[in-house]
Amino acid sequence: MANYSTNEFKGGLKVMLDGDPCAIVENEYVKPGKGQAFNRVKLRNLMTGRVWERTFKSGDSLESADVMDLDMEYLYTDGDMWHFMKTDGSFEQYAVEKKALGDSDKWLKEQVVYTITLWNDNAISVTPPNFIELEVVETDPGLKGDTAQGGSKPATLSSGAVVRVPLFINQGEVLKIDTRKGEYVSRA
Amino acid sequence: MNDWQPSATLDTLRRRAALLARVRAFFTERDVLEVETPILGHAGSTDVHLASLSCQARTPAGAETLWLQTSPEFHMKRLLAAGAGPVFQIARSFRDGEVGRRHNIEFSMLEWYRPGWSLDQLIEETQQLIRTLLPDDPGPTQRHRYRALFARELSIDPFVVELDALRRLASATGGLDMSTAERDDCLDLLMSLVIEPTLGRDGIDVVLDYPASQAALARRHRDPEDGAWVASRFEVYLQGLELANGYDELTDAQEQRARFAEDNRARAQAGLPEVDVDQRLLAALEAGMPEGSGVALGLDRLIQLALGKSRIDEVMAFATPRC
Repeated sequence: MANYSTNEFKGGLKVMLDGDPCAIVENEYVKPGKGQAFNRVKLRNLMTGRVWERTFKSGDSLESADVMDLDMEYLYTDGDMWHFMKTDGSFEQYAVEKKALGDSDKWLKEQVVYTITLWNDNAISVTPPNFIELEVVETDPGLKGDTAQGGSKPATLSSGAVVRVPLFINQGEVLKIDTRKGEYVSRA
Repeated sequence: MNDWQPSATLDTLRRRAALLARVRAFFTERDVLEVETPILGHAGSTDVHLASLSCQARTPAGAETLWLQTSPEFHMKRLLAAGAGPVFQIARSFRDGEVGRRHNIEFSMLEWYRPGWSLDQLIEETQQLIRTLLPDDPGPTQRHRYRALFARELSIDPFVVELDALRRLASATGGLDMSTAERDDCLDLLMSLVIEPTLGRDGIDVVLDYPASQAALARRHRDPEDGAWVASRFEVYLQGLELANGYDELTDAQEQRARFAEDNRARAQAGLPEVDVDQRLLAALEAGMPEGSGVALGLDRLIQLALGKSRIDEVMAFATPRC
């Protein structure tokens, strides 16, 4: 496996640290006026999502992590595992554990394409598309004519997520949602 | 491909040009001569923590390795020895591997020398120059002893703390293994990570009396308070950024020769290539360089602060990634 030296560190690079695959978020070169240089590095642990801040002596290196992001379509869950299929025409399927699914479980919809992060060919995380269209399965009845700003109410979506929506939204409507913020964008 | 465009806006480049003109006016008013010395030299810097770039050149002497200068120091000192009097230069300098928010491999060093001046006088002039370029009053200039800063921020005396305790503190602070690190490397880590970010927040901070082992090309003297050897050197900080590094210049050729040799020994130990020692500088010191003080200031960083930019590449026409 290749090694990356601190001067090759840049945002997005995947490296191994303390046995876990990490993505470099930020790399800052620091050096006193005269003397030893260091790199202050922020890394996101891809297993836990936590961000670590570590210092390295300039010139030190880390092993690269065999991590890749693949597009896969969500198929179904059997209760234990969540099944996804590659979109490259190979029909190859991957089973994802609850732990790797994390918070993305509330944005799951069949036939939607997700980004699956694989480490050594095992799925370690699932990222939903930035915007997704979901149906309202439960909310208080809409207020007719109230399309003005202000005022919102909770709505439960078909995927299980609960988001704040404007008062005029009714059960059965399909909405465009920003999954990064968990916010209503518009009617679909 | 969109990265043909400058890393600085054209407006920034216009304002940069105006600041450069102001620097030149500052020194002209004070009768300091502007000089230009070679970017390529026969010798490089032996400093263990500086990586010099070199290139192959065809000269009348045949194929030779020439070094891109990490600062114009050696050539300017030869001018001093030749009797040039006070001199300044805005010199392109090169330090391999140094790229980041506040570093660029190629950068502009503002360096000047004041024969006959004390370190105190030069500190005063350095802070005046900095104030001349800033749009607003940065606050008062304050002097701090290296030792006092470590006591204030880390409750240790950097000169006497036990090496193992220092290594543990450095390891814990940086989250890395410093258990076999040298004393100065541990101090450098703590300086960079803990102390520097606190400096220059309410004004211009000047750090004095560095450990004698960090003298580089400065003289050493005994601290009048406790007799400990310290380096006759200062650094200037503003907004957590190191701006300038000044020396009461070493003029003793023998001592200089010994420090070059010591550097190269340390380089060999660290598995770094040896660097050709500047024999012409040594000869100039032997011929006699006037005593005095000199300072090197990272001009791009000062321009960065003067224009309120957060990254050094925002004040350069084409920073290293786009050069």
